[in-house]
Amino acid sequence: MASYTLRVNGKTVSVSVEPSTPLLYVLRNDLELNGPKFGCGLAQCGACTVLMDGKPVRSCVTPVAAAAKAQVTTIEGLGTLERLHPLQRAFIEEQACQCGYCGNGMVMSAKALLDRNPGPSELEIKRALDGHLCRCASHNRIVRAVQRAAREMRP
Amino acid sequence: MSAVAAVSRRQFIATGGALVVGFALAPHGALAQDRPAPLPGSLNTNRMLDGWLRIDPNGTVTILTGKIELGQGIGTALSQIAADELDVDLARIQVVSGDTARTPNEGQTAGSLSVEQSGTALRFACAEARDVLVSAAAVKLGVPAPELKVSDGTLMAPGGATATYWELAGSADLKREATAKAKPKPASEHRWVGHSVPRRDIPKKFTGGAAYVQDIRLPGMVFGRVVRPPSPGAELLSVEEAAVRRMPGVVAVVRDGNFLAVAAAREEQAIRAREALKTSARWKETAALPPDGDALYVHLMGLPVPGQTVAEKTSAAAAAPTKTLEALYTRPYQCHASMGPSCAVAQWQEGKLVVWTHSQGVFPLRAELAKVFDMRPQEIRCIHAEGAGCYGHNGADDVALDAALLARATGERPVKLQWMRDDEFAWEPYGSAMVMKLSGGIDRQGNVVTWSHELWSHSHSTRPGASAGVNLLAARHLATPRPLVPSADVPQPSGGSDRNAIPLYDFPNVRVVKHYIAEAPLRTSALRTLGGYANVFALESFVDELAGAAGADPVEFRLRHVKDSRARAVIEAAAQRAGWRPNARGDGARGRGFAFARYKNLACYCATAADVELDRKTGLVRVARVVAAVDAGQIVNPDGVINQIEGGIIQSTSWTLKESVRFDRTRVTTRSWADYPILRFSEVPEVEVVLLDQPSERFLGVGEGAQGPTAAAIANALANAAGRRLRALPFTPERVKRALI
Repeated sequence: MASYTLRVNGKTVSVSVEPSTPLLYVLRNDLELNGPKFGCGLAQCGACTVLMDGKPVRSCVTPVAAAAKAQVTTIEGLGTLERLHPLQRAFIEEQACQCGYCGNGMVMSAKALLDRNPGPSELEIKRALDGHLCRCASHNRIVRAVQRAAREMRP
Repeated sequence: MSAVAAVSRRQFIATGGALVVGFALAPHGALAQDRPAPLPGSLNTNRMLDGWLRIDPNGTVTILTGKIELGQGIGTALSQIAADELDVDLARIQVVSGDTARTPNEGQTAGSLSVEQSGTALRFACAEARDVLVSAAAVKLGVPAPELKVSDGTLMAPGGATATYWELAGSADLKREATAKAKPKPASEHRWVGHSVPRRDIPKKFTGGAAYVQDIRLPGMVFGRVVRPPSPGAELLSVEEAAVRRMPGVVAVVRDGNFLAVAAAREEQAIRAREALKTSARWKETAALPPDGDALYVHLMGLPVPGQTVAEKTSAAAAAPTKTLEALYTRPYQCHASMGPSCAVAQWQEGKLVVWTHSQGVFPLRAELAKVFDMRPQEIRCIHAEGAGCYGHNGADDVALDAALLARATGERPVKLQWMRDDEFAWEPYGSAMVMKLSGGIDRQGNVVTWSHELWSHSHSTRPGASAGVNLLAARHLATPRPLVPSADVPQPSGGSDRNAIPLYDFPNVRVVKHYIAEAPLRTSALRTLGGYANVFALESFVDELAGAAGADPVEFRLRHVKDSRARAVIEAAAQRAGWRPNARGDGARGRGFAFARYKNLACYCATAADVELDRKTGLVRVARVVAAVDAGQIVNPDGVINQIEGGIIQSTSWTLKESVRFDRTRVTTRSWADYPILRFSEVPEVEVVLLDQPSERFLGVGEGAQGPTAAAIANALANAAGRRLRALPFTPERVKRALI
């Protein structure tokens, strides 16, 4: 066991875990954040995606030790039910899911995309999300949600 | 499909009265004199009004349903129906679903039947409850009931005096048997039904709310993992339990026969302990699996399982065929491949068991858990909590037993057990591999005069409740295994292996035969559409083959053979929206195909047109666009229907182009997404859906309507593009190159 100080969604927290513990379990079980999901544990599906210093990472294969110096952002850090982030609002308005289990990863990778490219083309959105799997097949709605958010976020 | 669901479906058909066939097929006992009068939908099997709804003094209405949310938006659709019949704002409706202690038993949430069964029941129950409330208000206000107007739960007399549902909640007696005498509203008076109301489950899913069983956290809860055998039938010879018990955080190791599981204080500790158990476990394996690849289909057809005639129609008046064709179509084992591996939380307290589960049928699950633990069902409570989308019978029920078995070793501490990715891929029950042998003939005018569909398939329904045994995976691994009783096929008219094998076309001579192979070395069960996907793929491919033999346009050929006006309407609408050009030929690289089916021959009508592109160098098939036209009867939530159809089309595109379970003679070798690729964003077709609303018709299930027609439309489009036909699913680049280029 080792002690780590993490900065998650703007707050500083300490946890005491094995260094190799995937960040996902710290976020879900120690910090009780529901957003990041266990999907595969193999960095294949994207359901566990969070941002580290603004870049999307697969928290299921990211050791907590590697996250200790970064700013970690989860979907909870984007906005709340009362104060939705434009991406969250767009996904809700486009009804861009069926089961929604993959939705966390979609939103987080879309956030990273829009931060570096505020006006992505459809192709660029699809490329950015191509490593994310959706089994209910809400892909086209998800692309529309990202486009809607991009429109709303444009100054 | 459980026996429960099958029975209620038959009863629904009988009570609906629209399908005389269903009534005639009901067992004679159903007509016995001592039976109570049939009621609509699931009211028939859950007859008390207060079983369906509760008026709360705080100004809300709680509806209770046995159907559960699995991302299809059922909670929202049922709320819309209830709000309309009760005349209350949608925001007042609370939904409680799938709880053996609280809700009606509606069997499984399956078969695209939730709006038909639960929606119909709630519609009649709420209409009747409204009558009860209006009568109570009439007494209270001293005015005749017909003079009262209801608006958002407030009843107003002509003089201005008012009462509310919430005041009357205590006095209006809903503890009574439903009569279904209160007439539901006509569509013209609906305020919520027929509108694209946003789904109530979505906001929390995008804000980190506790939306899934995976998000349940209970005081003292520990984390569990299961260690499955490496192959079906493997026997555990030895495992180093003691060393694993000493690992950090480990709370319990359970070994019972070939069942092995571990609980730990932290989730990653449970995962490490699972790895350690896996590494030290020695198993005796046997090569009990069938051959993979094309040999699988030869194997299935060679099994000594006699054919049973499913349907037979002969007409002496029809001309003899002048041209006959025969073709063999195949479909491999395919996965549900849920995004979230199956998960459950179980807790034992004072000898009683509570399980939080994403099972599609909490009552059938409870009954089987009771068998395993030798308890009375009343001592077990199963509470539904959403999981990731399941698309049929995946590991949801199995993991509930795993968690309950493990929780027996953790005192009263609850256990949350989630499968790992490889558990799900290797052990979920698959959609059965199938072979379909089609033959048929056309006469001199190019009309179909003979038609035969012979199929080979394992079960499409081994859910809990589907047979007398215990249909939970771990039950067969225990030291005292619970007997596994092979399940019977789901009978017609909905059908299981033979679902959608009976053509809806007006062919004069028809023969449908099934070889139902009950014994299965690889576990199979309900994957969305059951046999419907493969049967429609074959049937609608073969319609195109006969159209080709007749020199006819595929759309015209279909219309020529179908009288049902609703079938014709969706075919015409899809062709029109797609910009169908009769007799257009593909150019070697691009093609267009068409297909039609009515799901189960009972639910929604759906016609599809697909555009495909074939890369002749690589063999890669891309589906560029799919247009669908759908008649789902009265539509409760148009966007919900579109979402289901879109999802069905894209999921079916993935099945059709990419998916098959791999295995050798001993082990399933599909273990991760790397072994089981599915469609990605860059490969997803553009989708357009045309809805043909029928406000005066009854609800028709929609969740499984598009999958079969999509597969066939892609197959037909590929044949149109390449000039040659592929009859073996999936259409992978290797297969396409080998067969078509």
